[in-house]
Amino acid sequence: MAALDQTQVKEGVDQETVDAVREVGTYKYGWDTDIEMEYAPKGVNPDIVRLISEKNEEPEWMTEWRLAAFERWTQIEEPNWAMVNYPKIDFQDQYYYARPKSMEEKPKSLDEVDPKLLATYEKLGIPLKEQMILAGVEGAEDAPAEGRKVAVDAVFDSVSVGTTFQAELKKAGVIFCSISEAIREHPELVKKYLGSVVPVSDNFYATLNSAVFSDGSFVYIPPGVRCPMELSTYFRINAENTGQFERTLIIADKGSYVSYLEGCTAPQRDTAQLHAAVVEIIIEEDAEVKYSTVQNWFPGDENGKGGIYNFVTKRADCRGDRSKVMWTQVETGSAVTWKYPSCILRGEESQGEFYSIAITNNYQQADTGTKMVHLGKNTKSRIVSKGISAGKAQNTYRGLVSMHPKAKNSRNYTQCDSLLIGDKCGAHTVPYIEVKNNSSRVEHEATTSKVDDDQLFYCRQRGMDEEEAVALVVNGFCKDVLQALPMEFAMEAQQLVAISLEGSVG
Amino acid sequence: MALPEVKQTATEARLANLVMPDAGCTRAAREDALARVLEMGLPGRRDEYWKYTRPDTLVSAEAPTAALFHSDEAMLFSEFDRLKIVFVDGVFSPEESDDLELEGVTIDRIEDICCKDIHWAKELYGVLEARGQTPVQRPLAALNTAFAADGIAIHVTGKPSKPISFIYRHASETSDAMLHHIIRVESGAEVTILENGPAASRFNKCMEIDIADEGVLHHVRAQGRDHERRAATHMFTRLGKESVYKSFTLTVNGVLTRNEQVIELTGDDAVAHVAGACVGDGDFHHDDTVFVTHDAVNCESRQVFKKVLRNGATGVFQGKILVKEGAQKTDGYQISQSLLLDDDSQFLAKPELEIYADDVACSHGSTSGAIDETALFYLRSRGVPTKDATNMLTLAFLAEAVDEIEDEALAEAIVSRLEGWLSRHS
Repeated sequence: MAALDQTQVKEGVDQETVDAVREVGTYKYGWDTDIEMEYAPKGVNPDIVRLISEKNEEPEWMTEWRLAAFERWTQIEEPNWAMVNYPKIDFQDQYYYARPKSMEEKPKSLDEVDPKLLATYEKLGIPLKEQMILAGVEGAEDAPAEGRKVAVDAVFDSVSVGTTFQAELKKAGVIFCSISEAIREHPELVKKYLGSVVPVSDNFYATLNSAVFSDGSFVYIPPGVRCPMELSTYFRINAENTGQFERTLIIADKGSYVSYLEGCTAPQRDTAQLHAAVVEIIIEEDAEVKYSTVQNWFPGDENGKGGIYNFVTKRADCRGDRSKVMWTQVETGSAVTWKYPSCILRGEESQGEFYSIAITNNYQQADTGTKMVHLGKNTKSRIVSKGISAGKAQNTYRGLVSMHPKAKNSRNYTQCDSLLIGDKCGAHTVPYIEVKNNSSRVEHEATTSKVDDDQLFYCRQRGMDEEEAVALVVNGFCKDVLQALPMEFAMEAQQLVAISLEGSVG
Repeated sequence: MALPEVKQTATEARLANLVMPDAGCTRAAREDALARVLEMGLPGRRDEYWKYTRPDTLVSAEAPTAALFHSDEAMLFSEFDRLKIVFVDGVFSPEESDDLELEGVTIDRIEDICCKDIHWAKELYGVLEARGQTPVQRPLAALNTAFAADGIAIHVTGKPSKPISFIYRHASETSDAMLHHIIRVESGAEVTILENGPAASRFNKCMEIDIADEGVLHHVRAQGRDHERRAATHMFTRLGKESVYKSFTLTVNGVLTRNEQVIELTGDDAVAHVAGACVGDGDFHHDDTVFVTHDAVNCESRQVFKKVLRNGATGVFQGKILVKEGAQKTDGYQISQSLLLDDDSQFLAKPELEIYADDVACSHGSTSGAIDETALFYLRSRGVPTKDATNMLTLAFLAEAVDEIEDEALAEAIVSRLEGWLSRHS
């Protein structure tokens, strides 16, 4: 963090902000686990695709699906429109499948999982034993046992190590397992929904993921069920020169509700590693999904060496009327981030929300934002994005708000603010706004004056100035989500939102 | 890098119909510009910078025809005392123009600058256009530099007593014109430039403006009422220390208009304001593309664009504020708003910020929506008929852009045109 120490901080940015950003600069998860691994040969080709499919004991249709995706991938080019620069990736010079040797025989229960793996997650603060109390969550010890339960699916390099609370979830009718298990156990659901939100040929990285994804999580919430606990997936990259390609599929059937949390870390290494995930969410009538991410992949050292290239495609399809999705992301890690969690608002009166805090430091680059595609009548969306840039980092908000001709009486409100700490970094905003009917209202603002007026008014009435009031309103919202995160760094993430919004620019 | 085949073919087809004027001292600049065109290729449908506007008819080998538009209305600015420079289908008309003599300025045709050995002009022709090709390519401007058949060079050394007014008459249904003007405003000098008229069936105009320290340039333009005309215009402006540039454009009708403003603030404390009001009905596509670069300390830039759209009209805004490293104390503002009078019209916007300095105040806003029902109700409850109330609110919506014109008489002339349009189109 030498870069930040030497930076002249401009007047108006308070010390708390600077300290919080500095804190982020020290990466706590840079250690690795010494464990015997089994690799597929380097590179990607139809044989590797078949091998991954075989390792997961997949049916024929899945193998074909993957091979079609691979074929498509060889025909498309890597996108270059994002404001990120990185050396050309040699897709043939890395491993696409790595699993701990001890996972060769699938453990029948968590008790049989390699203690080294369990220890790894324990060190990360992720309890894989159901009786364990979540580390790092304030007040967890005092909370009633029911209230602090979080089911975890732990993914280590290319495989899912284990999923907790499966039995208890099953009682409620909820299916929560690794995607490889779902392909074997629930092929009808997977066949119906996989690739229906993010098509195989969606984009370069999603197509690659479709061909080589090795594991990930699967969630199905049956009609009318409110998932009895939070669900969470924790991704850990451990092996060197290995890409992680996971696939998450969440289906919220009519009138159901689920809150899903995602966390990720990786060891500190000199060479950059690739992570290309796909998340698909299907939300039926009256259902609601909350998806929260704390992305803390290794960001590279202070000279920009190493780090994870995080190229992720996340999309939610609000198919049913009155369905609702909320994306919340705290992006602090990764050397390069390319990520646009999106909402397709197809059902009438469906709602999409996107709340993002992206913090970049040193040589990190983040190009992130969202797409709100309004197709149905009376749909609503809200985007609140805060980008904080320090050191020599570049932070870009890139988003699309599209009101289709049939999306009458729809509404969008977008606010994106950026904060620069130091004069060697950059903050950019690239919004696309497309309005094709006149009963919809779209507002894109960069001023900090238009957060919920009632709340602001209340705060102002209590003697706060406007900046303070806005910070309180936005932070208050973030805290709700962050406190629910079952990870040690929930504390750290909470510190991040203490960052004040003073000196914000649009 | 080789161009994609479609682009290569389209570019070659367009170039095949063009002849580079034998223009002595601008020859080198023209050759360079042609090289740029060949390297970039002309805009294509898949270019990101042309995402919302289809360039096909602007780059096609032959210009689509455009019927002439007749109106009894006197041409805009005709009541003003001004120095008239008239072009008919892109060709200078000495008969209709005033004597090009005015104290404080020297005015020449581009083709004459060679024999007169005018140094500043040689140092400006094609230079700002070439600078404006990065980071975003503007091939139509390079094409203009290479092939513009006519144009005017204005050297402002004092404070001329009246505005210099370009009048672009459209006389032939098949005209395809390219004009290239260059303007140098010397230190402390001040000038007002007016432009109006549709110019041609297809019009490609490029203007390079170099404003020295403490120079001032006001620009007010109206693009004529011809329904079928097409236009692609570029204004490249470079500002020195404490200089001022204020530009306003009114666009009514026109099947396709793309107005690009490329502004570079290179001296401390410079001020640049660009504004536009456009009203479109039916088959109307209007694109404002603005790129402001802050490369000095304590500069101010403002972009104010308002669009009123009805019956399937399309409004596009692509605006960018780029604040370079070290351009501290920048004050950048950008607003783009559309008023959609019915459900068939659309507004497409891409308001961008790219900032590399920390002590800046940059903000932007973009909104789109229908007439405010509450305001309409209020006016109706006070006895104002719906039609008048709608027009009143529409004018109020456009006012923020028109207010950017400093000269009150010019602003009033623009407002009266807007009122005329509203009364004809409601």
